Amino acid sequence: MTPNSPAVPADDAFLRLAGITKRFGQFEALKSVGLTIDRGEMVVFLGPSGCGKTTLLRIIAGLETQDTGTIVQAGKDISRLPAIKRDYGIVFQSYALFPNLTIFDNVAYGLVNRRQPRKTIAGRVQELLKLVGLPDAGAKYPGMLSGGQQQRIALARALATAPGLLLLDEPLSALDAIERVRLRGEIRALQQRLGVTTIMVTHDQEEALSMADRIVVMNAGRIEQVGTPREVYGAPATPFVADFIGKINVLPAVSEGGGRFRVGGVSLAAATELPAGTSARLYLRPEEIGVHADGTAPAHALPARIAKIEFLGAFCLVGVVLDNGDDASLVCNVPRQLADGAGLAPGRVVGVTLPAPAIRVLG
Amino acid sequence: MSTAAASLPPAATAARVVPKVHWQERLAQGLLLLCCVLLAVFLLGPLAAILVKSVQDKDGAFVGLLQFREYFATPALQRSIWNTLWVATTVTAITVPLAFFYAYALTRSRMPGKIVFRMIALTPILAPSLMSAISFIQWFGTQGLLKGLLGGASVYGPIGIIMSSIYATFPHALMIVLTALLLSDGRLYEAAESLRTPTWRKFFTITLPGAKYGLVSAAMVVFSYTVSDFGIPKVIGGNFNILAVDIFKQVIGQQNFNKGAVVSLVLLVPVLVAFLVDWRMQGRLHAQFTARAVPYVPKRKRWFDTTMFAYCTIVALLLLLVLGMAVYTSFIKLWPYDKSFSLRHYQYGLIDAGVISSFFNSLKMAFFTAVFGTMFIFASAYLLEKTRAMPLTKGAVRLLASIPMAVPGMVLGLGYILFFNHPDNPLHFLYHTMAILVLATVVHYYTSSHLTAVTALKALDNEFEAVSASLKVPFYKTFFRVTVPVCLPAILDIGRYLFVNAMVTISAVVFLYSPSTQLAAVAILNMDEAGEIGAAAAMATLIVASSTVVCIVYALVTRFLLTRTQQWRVSGLA
Ligand SMILES: Nc1ncnc2c1ncn2[C@@H]1O[C@H](COP(=O)(O)OP(=O)(O)OP(=O)(O)O)[C@@H](O)[C@H]1O
Ligand SMILES: [Mg+2]
Repeated sequence: MTPNSPAVPADDAFLRLAGITKRFGQFEALKSVGLTIDRGEMVVFLGPSGCGKTTLLRIIAGLETQDTGTIVQAGKDISRLPAIKRDYGIVFQSYALFPNLTIFDNVAYGLVNRRQPRKTIAGRVQELLKLVGLPDAGAKYPGMLSGGQQQRIALARALATAPGLLLLDEPLSALDAIERVRLRGEIRALQQRLGVTTIMVTHDQEEALSMADRIVVMNAGRIEQVGTPREVYGAPATPFVADFIGKINVLPAVSEGGGRFRVGGVSLAAATELPAGTSARLYLRPEEIGVHADGTAPAHALPARIAKIEFLGAFCLVGVVLDNGDDASLVCNVPRQLADGAGLAPGRVVGVTLPAPAIRVLG
Repeated sequence: MSTAAASLPPAATAARVVPKVHWQERLAQGLLLLCCVLLAVFLLGPLAAILVKSVQDKDGAFVGLLQFREYFATPALQRSIWNTLWVATTVTAITVPLAFFYAYALTRSRMPGKIVFRMIALTPILAPSLMSAISFIQWFGTQGLLKGLLGGASVYGPIGIIMSSIYATFPHALMIVLTALLLSDGRLYEAAESLRTPTWRKFFTITLPGAKYGLVSAAMVVFSYTVSDFGIPKVIGGNFNILAVDIFKQVIGQQNFNKGAVVSLVLLVPVLVAFLVDWRMQGRLHAQFTARAVPYVPKRKRWFDTTMFAYCTIVALLLLLVLGMAVYTSFIKLWPYDKSFSLRHYQYGLIDAGVISSFFNSLKMAFFTAVFGTMFIFASAYLLEKTRAMPLTKGAVRLLASIPMAVPGMVLGLGYILFFNHPDNPLHFLYHTMAILVLATVVHYYTSSHLTAVTALKALDNEFEAVSASLKVPFYKTFFRVTVPVCLPAILDIGRYLFVNAMVTISAVVFLYSPSTQLAAVAILNMDEAGEIGAAAAMATLIVASSTVVCIVYALVTRFLLTRTQQWRVSGLA
């Protein structure tokens, strides 16, 4: 779907999904989903509530069975394998720690079953507790720890058996904002250090942008785009992705051919060419727009009038209405010093620049 | 390519995926299926046997509805229907308001002694229903102290049945109404108080509407308890005919199993209706409280608290007078002529007469019921809640688990003899054993126990099974290491409930005992019939005492477990 996403050599793929569909009664939760994930990669499933992220993750784990489609992990077809025969560790939003077992026993839960000597187990548990930054928690019970600490223990438990694949279903959404930001850094660092292939589900785009090697944007049971955080932000492949991730301006336009588009009475240049007369939508991030006080604006700047200014601390959101633009309005992101220096205020006339390479044209 | 479009399914992969089922999952599914089959055999089998019997004649030939026509042509039997219904309606109309104001006092006032009041109100559960009948005979019978209060009317008949049934059903109604009142939202009262709403208005605009479904549910439970109960009318009913006693007379007196089956089906109707009404109410009751409610904390109000305290004191005293009379009767020589203290009823009436063995039978039966019943009920609820797939089996188990509540003990008991006494039944060997008593009792009290287990299991994190599968730990290990310990309070609660009820049950087992497996409650019935009221009271006292001991042990063990595991439980639930 995205010409920009790097082609992955087939033999390097660790996990390969093809044609995965899933229905719940009449409802199609997944509609032919395909995806390949490299060894050691951190992939984040991002999408609105109910788009099928959890369902896809649970199918990968064998906790649900897909109606059709294949899953190949590490070269082995696991499509029909029960969960207990697959190789993964999983962390849930609810932590799902065993409340009646100590932290030590929780982390050791999967190790004890492998008939390893006690000393090996104790050593491994201690190593994991240190890894997640809670070396002294072993004797405590889950209920005595904070949410963030419990989530670290759940992570340690999932990693204890050194699984080839780590699955995280909204691991941070039950935590408060500060703890969430801290833990997302820790999880990412840990993942990179261990090099474990990881899939995380979230509906928080900031979380996805900051943690992922690649983001899989999902909507209504389909994959909309797969790409690095920069790709999905900078070059959204579909209107849905453009709207869903970050703030973006949308201008209804008609192609004039030769890479130019008409918005009301204004003609704009974009990087994409469409046959003349085709209607299209132009997408432009607020921070790409230059706002210049009247007089200082470059020659190609478009005249506009400031409708309102929202002060947000480090920067301001400036709403402008293009002159002759059929009342087309744009939101621009202007650093505070620039806004103050230029003396921007509602009602003032300004010049705005819309750089052609930053304008994305989507049907 | 790592995109969706690039990997449209080739025709070969479009075939429906059939997962390989791990043997552990097969084991769980097999066990669930087994639970379903066992429930079907031990619940549906007997019920089907009744249906079959009701359309046959004595020789087993099919006669269609002939038995029913004969039944409805007999005026005496017809009168029983009317008697049963009006007595049960009267009991309901008195017990429910009585219990409601008691619960109202416990939840909405700041009177002292709430814990004691609550405990006293629950004591009737510990005694067989016949005990209250015996007590009322002692108080109001031919030799009764309070006979004059009845103004010449006899206690043997509807009056006695109604009074005894009120006593026996009071705690059942109380617990339901209490739950409904406890669940209501305190914020409504705070809002009302900020508007200076008087207490009586709050009662009619908040309390009563909030407890509406609870009240209907309590009414249905009291109604079906009274309709189904056999012990009370047998002891105190005199010549007043009631359906449950009719079944007994047909089966034991006249050995007419076909007529017995017909009356059983007639008895089933009102109980089934009450069950369905209650079922709908339960659903609404829970829907009403899904939002986060804040518990109500009552304020001190001098005269209101005093009134409520006086009311509860009177009710509690009346309850104690009933229990007290039975205990007192067992320890005196002969009511009302020789009231000197004596253990003769225990010594001669029970031990020397050899009847005491039935008390030990009851203990044994209650113990087995508690142990095996709890194991089976909890395990099947676990399999039901935590096993994947098998929607049909699960639906069947859910339905089967809720049916026993709608089946009166007499009907179940009759079904058991008809089913297991049939010479062609391969399970015939169970007939006249202790095992069949245990089975009938477990099935009889299945529904409540099952609901307790399901509630406890639903409170667990849904992903424990998924986590253990990801860690390659078999589900049964997690069941024993995590599920059972975490659910232990609920498990003990089920065990206690089964034990106490097994000690007092009579209707389900009165057809099923053999000379060597006679139970204490049945012995009371027989001693009462033989005029040995003192010994009957002594046996009732023993039952109450042993059930009390079990409840105390339960309370102590639960508290011990809670303190020992408090580390995780207290904060773990936070
Ligand atoms: N067992 C089920 N039975 C019926 N419908 C289901 C079931 N599981 C999921 N669904 C439906 O499938 C859709 C996708 O569910 P899923 O849990 O995968 O969404 P999600 O993307 O994880 O959303 P969220 O962000 O809310 O967790 C939802 O509409 C949900 O209602
Ligand atoms: Mg989800």
